[in-house]
Parts: sequence; structure tokens; C-alpha cells
Amino acid sequence: MGSPVPGAQGTPPAAAGGTPPAASSTSPGLKPPTRRGSELFLLAFAALLVTIALILVEANQEQELTMRIVWLGLAYLGLLSVAHFAVRRWAPYADPVILPCVALLNGLGLVMIHRIDLAMADVKLPKGVVWSPAAPKQVLWTAIALVLFCTALKVLSDHRTLARYGYTCGFLGLVALVLPGVLPSFIAPEINGAKIWLSFGAFSIQPGEFAKILLMVFFAAFLVSKRELFTTAGRRVLGMDLPRARDLGPLVAAWLVGVSIMVLQKDLGSSLLFFGIVLVLLYVATERAAWVVLGVVMFCVGAVAAWKMFGHVQIRVQNWLDPFADAANKGYQIVQSLFGLGTGGLFGAGLGGGRPDQIPEANTDFITAVIGEELGFVGLAAVLLIYTVFAMRGMRGALAVRDTFGKLLGGGLAFAVAFQIFIVVGGVTKLIPMTGITAPFLSYGGSSLLANYILVALLLRISDAARAPKTTPKPRPQQPAIADQFTVMVERPK
Amino acid sequence: MNKPLRRVGLAMMAMMLLLLANATYVQVIKADDYRKDPLNRRVVLDQYSRERGQIIAAGGEPLATVEKTTDRLRYLRKYQGAAFAPVTGFFSTVYGSSGLERAEDDLLNGSDDRLFARRVSDLITGRDPKGGSLQLTIDAALQRVAFEQLQGVNGSVVAIRPQTGEILAMASTPSYDPNALASHDVEEQMAAWKALNAPDGDLPMLNRSIAGLYAPGSTFKLIVAAAALAEGKTKDSEVDGRPVITLPGTNTPLPNYNDTNCGNGVTATLQEALAKSCNTAFAVLADQLGPEKLRKAAAKFGFDDQDLNIPMPVETSRLGPMTERPAVYQTGIGQRDVLVTPLENAVVAATIANGGVRMRPHLVQKILAPDLQVISEDKGDDVEDAMKVDHAHALRDMMVESEKNTAGGGKLSGVTIASKTGTAEHGENVKNTKPHAWYVAFAPAEKPEIAIAVIVENGGDAGLAATGGRVAAPLGRAVVGAYLGSR
Repeated sequence: MGSPVPGAQGTPPAAAGGTPPAASSTSPGLKPPTRRGSELFLLAFAALLVTIALILVEANQEQELTMRIVWLGLAYLGLLSVAHFAVRRWAPYADPVILPCVALLNGLGLVMIHRIDLAMADVKLPKGVVWSPAAPKQVLWTAIALVLFCTALKVLSDHRTLARYGYTCGFLGLVALVLPGVLPSFIAPEINGAKIWLSFGAFSIQPGEFAKILLMVFFAAFLVSKRELFTTAGRRVLGMDLPRARDLGPLVAAWLVGVSIMVLQKDLGSSLLFFGIVLVLLYVATERAAWVVLGVVMFCVGAVAAWKMFGHVQIRVQNWLDPFADAANKGYQIVQSLFGLGTGGLFGAGLGGGRPDQIPEANTDFITAVIGEELGFVGLAAVLLIYTVFAMRGMRGALAVRDTFGKLLGGGLAFAVAFQIFIVVGGVTKLIPMTGITAPFLSYGGSSLLANYILVALLLRISDAARAPKTTPKPRPQQPAIADQFTVMVERPK
Repeated sequence: MNKPLRRVGLAMMAMMLLLLANATYVQVIKADDYRKDPLNRRVVLDQYSRERGQIIAAGGEPLATVEKTTDRLRYLRKYQGAAFAPVTGFFSTVYGSSGLERAEDDLLNGSDDRLFARRVSDLITGRDPKGGSLQLTIDAALQRVAFEQLQGVNGSVVAIRPQTGEILAMASTPSYDPNALASHDVEEQMAAWKALNAPDGDLPMLNRSIAGLYAPGSTFKLIVAAAALAEGKTKDSEVDGRPVITLPGTNTPLPNYNDTNCGNGVTATLQEALAKSCNTAFAVLADQLGPEKLRKAAAKFGFDDQDLNIPMPVETSRLGPMTERPAVYQTGIGQRDVLVTPLENAVVAATIANGGVRMRPHLVQKILAPDLQVISEDKGDDVEDAMKVDHAHALRDMMVESEKNTAGGGKLSGVTIASKTGTAEHGENVKNTKPHAWYVAFAPAEKPEIAIAVIVENGGDAGLAATGGRVAAPLGRAVVGAYLGSR
């Protein structure tokens, strides 16, 4: 735990403060490399890829190829550079791969949203409808998100500060989560069957996206402070230590929240995502598989009950089992998604060469299906691998950071992104029932983008803390030795 | 706390692997199924967004063209109407395609390998890829005459140029308007399709010329006669002339038409037997030749050819099993299990007209690049020497005699036609089902320019007493006359 060297096994928590950290981070004068240069290089590479993607789309869509594209590419690089310098200034030891991954995904998302704009404009024009393009709005959102990202990095100089606001975060998160479900529909309209938006005129937000992070902060803080409580074993059943019944509180609470999202907001994806994240946090905090088993059982019970009781759940399951049964109506979306993916095949129809207009919600929930159609399996796999690299680097930061809160929060955030992409892409490719949540960074949507950039800022902050040399050497020489001895004393009689 | 974190990391990897495995399944293993699923409109949309090639008649008249539209399909397919539907087929966004639209789809949509070089240059120069065009052997005027002649009846007319195998006309009635099926209005397409495929309808979308199989009746006697000539018989050889015979081993009588005598009532010459279409003579002749020789002779004229494409696939004309002698007798007069397409019967006439050399029938004369430059030309090729030249001439003379004996109006003056009629019984209840009326012919007999086959299903209006002569012959003569008169 205390070692910043990746791959080292965790040592007992009590030893954390005292074990001498790896030589590089303590030796005076020998600072570890910040790797900001690598980050800048990777960012430029990401901007280049995004520019090439834009050129391909424009060429395939018979748009005029002008120098404008190059300027757009450079502008994007400029935006990224702002983020890069913010990292350089406020989190110099942060992981150098995370931001380029995000930049590539966000840029690819912008290109795809622009590409879908072109397709939709093409479809709507003969009907006399003018399609209002989504890409410019998404560019604006990206800019706002980057401002928020920089602000978060600057304001939050130490992620442990967040732990202090755990309960505040929890309260705000819960309110944000439940708000659209309970508010009247003139302010929280039901869009595509889900009641997850708050609408203020032309401007609408999805508070659930922010709730996800706020609740994660709360759970991490809560679990860290009450860790001992949850590790106390209850009865032993089938070789598994079951938690005591009274410690089930948080799990039951999370379960209730998940179910209420499903019922009040008809948002299966968020419900699944939220519950999965809480389970993982519990598991990491307690190191007990029993929580996971218990949680999965509870989830299954809830899912079966929901399936029995709610028509919209039954439709989703039916569409998953056999979308072709009603390919023209209920199964239309998933069938079109599969057709797009199949038509794309191994190498895809080429950027700008597919038919994204065939898939409803192409620029939000189904954007990965459009990528699969136009860039083929190869492109979809590449995108999945970028997400994997992103999540794994986040996880690496969590492994390397020294404090338990940071570990828990970092691990949770990294898992949240991976799990969300699993739910989205799994739904689009018919691995699991389609639940309708956005692909982080790729999908069109301001709330999602803002929230996910905050998530990136947190991950960078944690990875920075993991790699940074200790600036304030506060030697606490004696404490750990005692702690060590104490542990040894307890162990001996066994 | 690192151990569970590592496990969560592993779980993340496992999730990604699951996604990749499933994506492989969808995009690689199942890809072809999804791509070709009839509900997947992407392929059709792609084809429509390219300018599809034209189908052009021999004289240059366009039979299928495209019109630019403002909707997303970009091009609307336009056709000349019902007369040419059996040739062009249709191209629908919902129901796929048929006819040449289907058989030459790759060329028309531009993906054919023969257009490869041009596609590459299009790619470089940035032009929109376009489909190639087809110039047909179809004589547009003749096709219209044939179609008009068939108005009011169900049937088919096929006309072939004997020396080359070019199909000059290929009409089938009832027909349909392919424009309705090519409409970009899905509702209109569906309404048209529903009407055309009404359960008790006359099958307007069946291309009777190449997909209709009918008993050939007496027209099959041409093949029996050809086989007999090949076995050393001449047009003056004596054959059975009795008015009625009994099928061997049964009590079933096999009479001539109206139980008339052939020749002197005991024997007749082969020429007379063909001219009068004596059933007894050809039934006995078939029995003497035996199933094997009959089958071989028929194969030389194109029977049993499973791979005939013009370029649309043509139903295989066949003789049936002929396992017992009565079956051979009946096969000799084109009944029992013998089935032919009108195209095949036209090929039989064309082969005799061409001195016994069978030419491969074809519809496409030239394949044209999008800029209408000729990529390749089909000059016609002979597939089989079905008969010796003098045998063919002997059979021609017999057919000229047959034409003289044939009733029906519309005889042409100044042109000698060589022909054979047929009145083919069919159906479960033979005696109460109207027979099909056939007329196969070529003209002018001395120097043939056109060979035709005409069938009128169920004898048209003439009912049970219909004979090929009265119903089909006038139609055939009108088509021949129109063709020769126009030249």
C-alpha cells in the first residue's frame, strides 16, 4: 500500500505511514520525472488523429476540403494545451497517459457528432426540416468542461480534502439523483421514456451525471471512516464470512436508491451503474467477496422483481433476447445497431461512409454503434482499448497513492468509467439488455462531458499525489514502529 | 487495500475482453447475416446513392433510366412500363429486384469487376462512381407488338434471331408496371406489391417466357422428327398412319385430332405426319427411337440444360422419367411429363432455322461503361450442332407444309413461314381443362430472320376446341409480319 512502485503487494495498513517510500521519491535533489513532455507529445498525436478523422469525414461526405480543418485541428490542440498547462502547473506528477486518452476520445466524439449532423441534415432537408447541428454545442461544452477541469485541479490541491465533505457530497448527490424523478414534468420532462433531465428553457442538464461522482466521494469517505465496522465478521456460511445484519445498512440504502432510480426515472443504465459502483467500493474497502455476492443476489432479486412489475423493463429484456421479433418497432433501435455493426464488419465503411441516420439516438447512446459501423471492429476495438488504458492508468494511480481515501476514490472512479462503457457498448452490441446511458467523452451531452472531466481531474489529482515526491517531510519516526510491534504481538499466538 | 483493487482491475479487463469477444461475434462472425438481412436498408441505400446504369434497347431507346431526386435515395428508377417488365425486371428498395436488374446488378450498380479500372480512375479524379449500362438485343418496336398481341390473354411470345441467338422480343402477359415498385414512396411500393401478389391473381410478376413451364404438345414433334431424321429416316419415310392406337399394355386409346386418318389410314410419310400433326405416327416413332435417343435429341436442342442464363436463369425444359412404354408414346407427342419454356421452344425453331446449329440465346448485346463506351460485346456463339444441315432443311420443308395445313387468320402474303402448332393438354382434369395453344415458327423459310414461339395459356377464348392454329398462330404471324415488314 505504501509503495509507489506498481506491482508491489499491499502491506498491512498500519505500516503505511512509516515504510520508507521508494528511493526516488525521498532522495533529496533527485525528483522523479514529471513526464509532462510525454503528455504533450501524446496530446499532439491525439489532435493529429482527430484532425485526420475530420478530414476523412469531410472528404467522404463530399464537403469542401479547406484549410479550415487544419485550423480546427490546431484549435483543438490549443484547447488541450490549456488543459496540459493546467496539469503542468497544478498536478505536475500526474499520469501522462490519462489526459491524451480523454483528448482522443473527446475529439473522436466531436468528429462523430459532426458526422452524424451531416447525415441528419441530409435526411431532414428533403422534408423541409433544418437539423440544428449538435457539434458546435458540444465544442462549447468541451470548452466549459475544460475550464471546470482546470478549476478543479487548481482548487483541489489535495484530494483528501474531499473526504472532509463526504456527507455534504452524499446529501447533494442524493438530491441531484432523485430530483428529476420527483419533480413535476414541466421542469423534469420524460424524454425517450427516462425522467432524468432538468430542463430550464433551452438549457437542460442531467444531474445524475454529477450525482455519480458526488456519491462516489461520499461512499469512499464513509467507508474509509467506518472501515473497521464493516470488516467485523458476522456468521460464517459456506466458507464465507457474512457481514453482520446491522452493517448491511449502506448496502440496503444503495440498493433502495438503485431501485428508486429504476422506478421513478425508468433509467435502468444509471441504476445498474450506481449499484455496481457501490458494490465495488464496498468490496475494495472491506476486502470481502461476501459483499459482492450479497450485492449481486440483491441486484438479481431487484432485477427480477422489476422485470415482473414494469412493462418498460420487459420490453428491454425482450429486445435483448430477440430484437428481430419486433424489428420494425420495439426492436428497431438495437436491430439497426446490429445492422450497422455487421455492415461495418472488420474494417468498417470508412469515416463518413456509413448510415448513422438509420440508428435513432446515434449521437448519444448509440455513438459506439456508429463508430463500429464506420471504423469497423478494428475501430471499435481501438476505442475500447483507449478506455481500457484510461481506466487502468486510473487504477494504477489508485494502487500507488498512499492514503486509503485516495485508493478507494481512485479505484471507484476508474471502475465507474470501465463499467459505464461496459453497459453502453454491451447494450449496443446486444451482450446485455440495452439500458441507455452515454459513452463517457464520446456521446453528445453537456452534463456527461462536464461530470466526466471532473472525474478526470480527480484521477489526475490522485495519480499526482501517488507520484509526487513528498514536499512536506514530516517525519513520524516512532509511530509506525510501535504499530508494527503491535501487529506482530497479535499475530504471534496463532 | 491493493489486493481488491487489483481484482477490480482484473474485472475491468474481463469486461473489456467480453465486449471485444461479443463485438467479434457481431462484426465478424454474424456480419454477413446482418449485412444481407432484407431488413437492412444500408446496402440498398448505398446502391441508390450511386447513379445506376441504364438498360437500353437495341435501337438505342432507353428502357430503364434514372432520374435525379431531392430525397435521400438520390436517384429514382424509371421504366418504359409493363411491356418491358419481363426484360428489365424491377428494382425496389423494399422488395429487392428481378429480371436484368437482378441478373446484372453488379454491373448496373457499378461494383462489377469489369468496371474496375474505371472505378479506380473515379476514385482518383473524385467523380461519383456510376453504374455501367446494358445495350440489349431487344427490338423495342417488336417487343411492343408482341405485348399488344398478347393483350387479353395470358401467355408469352419469344422471338430470336436464328443466326446469333439474339432475343428480339420476350413478352409475357399479364405484366406489371415496374415504376410502382421502384417508387421512393414505401406505401406506394407496398400497395403495388400487394396487388400484384394477390393470392388468386394471374401471377403478373411471373416471367412466363423463361419461368413458365408448359407441356409442349405437338410442337415437340419437331424434336421427335429431328431424332428420326438423324436415325436415317427421310421426309418420305413411311410412318404409322392409323387414326387411333392403344397404348401398349393398357386399354387407353391414343387418337389423332378428331380421330382422323393420317395418310391412307395405315401409313403416311413423315412429312405428311408432321404437316397433319398425327399423334399416332409420332407416338410410335418415339417408341421406336426409345427414351435414350429421344433424350439425346432433345438435349441437343437445349433440353435439360440446367445452367442456361440469358443472363437471367431460365427454367430447365425437360422430358420426364419415361420409365414405361406408354410414357414414351405420350412423350412423343409432347404430353405426359414433358415441360418446356417458351424460350426453349423458340430456340428449337431458331436451331432448325439456322441449319441445325443452336446458338446460345442472350439478351445483352453490349456492356457499356458509365460513359457509354463499349466494354464488351456478345456476338453470339454456337453451342451445339443439333442437326445436320440437310436434315434441318428437310425439317424446314416439313414445317412449311405444316404452315399450309394450319388454320387461323393473319397469314402473310409474300413470305413463306415454316411453323408447327401445338395444342397441349394439361391439368388434373385433362378433358375439362382448356389446352394451351402453341405456335413455333421461323420466317422467311428460305432465309430465316426471325424464329418465334407463342403460347396462349388455356387456349385463350377459343375454349376446349382451341387448337394452336386458331389461337396462337395469328398472334405469331402478326409478330413475324411486324418484324419483317419493318425491315
